[in-house]
Amino acid sequence: MPRNLQILAGVGRVVELEVSGPATQRSVLDALEASHPALLGTMRDAVTKKRRPMVRFFACEEDLSDEPLDAPLPDEVASGKEPLLIIGAIAGGRR
Amino acid sequence: MSGVRLLVGTRKGAFIITSDGSRKKWDVAGPHFAGWEIYHLKGTPADPDRIYASQSSGWFGQVLQRSNDGGKTWETAGNQFIYEGTPGTHVWYDGSPHPWEFKRVWHLEPSPRDPDTVYAGVEDAALFESKDAGQTWAELPGLRNYPTASTWAPGAGGLCLHTILMDPTNHDRMYIAISAAGVFRSDDGGKTWQQRNFGLRSDHIPDPDAESGHCVHRIAMHPSRPNVLFMQKHWDVMRTDDCADSWREISGNLPTDFGFVIDVNANEPDTVYVIPITSDSHHFVPDGKLRVYRSKTGGDDWEALTKGLPQKDCYVNVLRDAMDVDSMDPSGIYFGTSGGQVYASPDGGDSWTAIVRDLPAVLSVEVQTLA
Repeated sequence: MPRNLQILAGVGRVVELEVSGPATQRSVLDALEASHPALLGTMRDAVTKKRRPMVRFFACEEDLSDEPLDAPLPDEVASGKEPLLIIGAIAGGRR
Repeated sequence: MSGVRLLVGTRKGAFIITSDGSRKKWDVAGPHFAGWEIYHLKGTPADPDRIYASQSSGWFGQVLQRSNDGGKTWETAGNQFIYEGTPGTHVWYDGSPHPWEFKRVWHLEPSPRDPDTVYAGVEDAALFESKDAGQTWAELPGLRNYPTASTWAPGAGGLCLHTILMDPTNHDRMYIAISAAGVFRSDDGGKTWQQRNFGLRSDHIPDPDAESGHCVHRIAMHPSRPNVLFMQKHWDVMRTDDCADSWREISGNLPTDFGFVIDVNANEPDTVYVIPITSDSHHFVPDGKLRVYRSKTGGDDWEALTKGLPQKDCYVNVLRDAMDVDSMDPSGIYFGTSGGQVYASPDGGDSWTAIVRDLPAVLSVEVQTLA
């Protein structure tokens, strides 16, 4: 989790989640927002569920950001062996 | 014991600065929400320990925070600002139609009477209302559905609804201002609106005295005289004496009439403050001198206030929500700069002290006068 979202949700770098059904981006984010409502709308639009442009999802050294929301996450993520990384894009800064 | 509490929003967090009634020693707490842009914080007149904060980020969007203990602890409130119906389009910078898109909350205005009612002015321009202390929000769509809305175009900062004024003597009357559309008045609690820009003249739009398209930066009211409003427009300082039905220029002898802030002394309805900024291409004060200008005659005749303010090598800006007044006697005046200074004058502007010098760039300053 990005530092700003850790502070917002009152959590550490890693959040462990129980996900019912297949582990997908949608189900993981649903579970994360349900357990930490302060995060609602910060990673994806609360209505359309579209990812915020400067938030990305990595796992197992792959960029999954543009994968379908309901595509299964890698087995290593589903089993808890590897994390799903939620990344605030590195995007320069104001000069 | 009486005191004041400053609510300071900055590019990288919120700060709460307090003092007793003498307004000489200050305690700075923060940053709250470190790393986030805090466009605005405001306390609730009907319950001063309830404070709302607009927290946003280019990465993570809009968050709304609420405190019920004067800013010591905070909890997230609702951050769903969904336009009523199918949003239409406004004019984009290149002149093309652009769909209405929510970006952030610029200004929060709690009801003067009901601690659970609060209004939010947002970008792209619209007015939202919450009746449950910010948990849920509903648009007052009459404004965005106004006939000229499809012609509204953003100022450099975005198409923002940045000012909300409530008439304390007429619960149904409110004013809002949008950059760059102008001033609107509602006489029915926000259901319907009338554009109120007669008398404004803006040379940067094709028709300088058009009904719509004026880049109003800020309007201010004294609560004892709500029919009179003061305006800092992109260029020009203006005044109305008839509830915004007509405006006249009161720039008078100001060194430049470009600027962002305007405010009224809490005890003297004809004492008005502005901070002239060089120009729209030079967003810093003129001649390297930070000067507040005060008119004690309701405009036209202005005096420079400089005691305690830097008078050389100063090149800061002061943004539209970054000035406020307390209601003690004499009234205290406060403002924050793009350089991170917050200045206070406990004597109506006669003398100034930097109560903090090195905050992130200041976006907003609100003051609460505490019993």
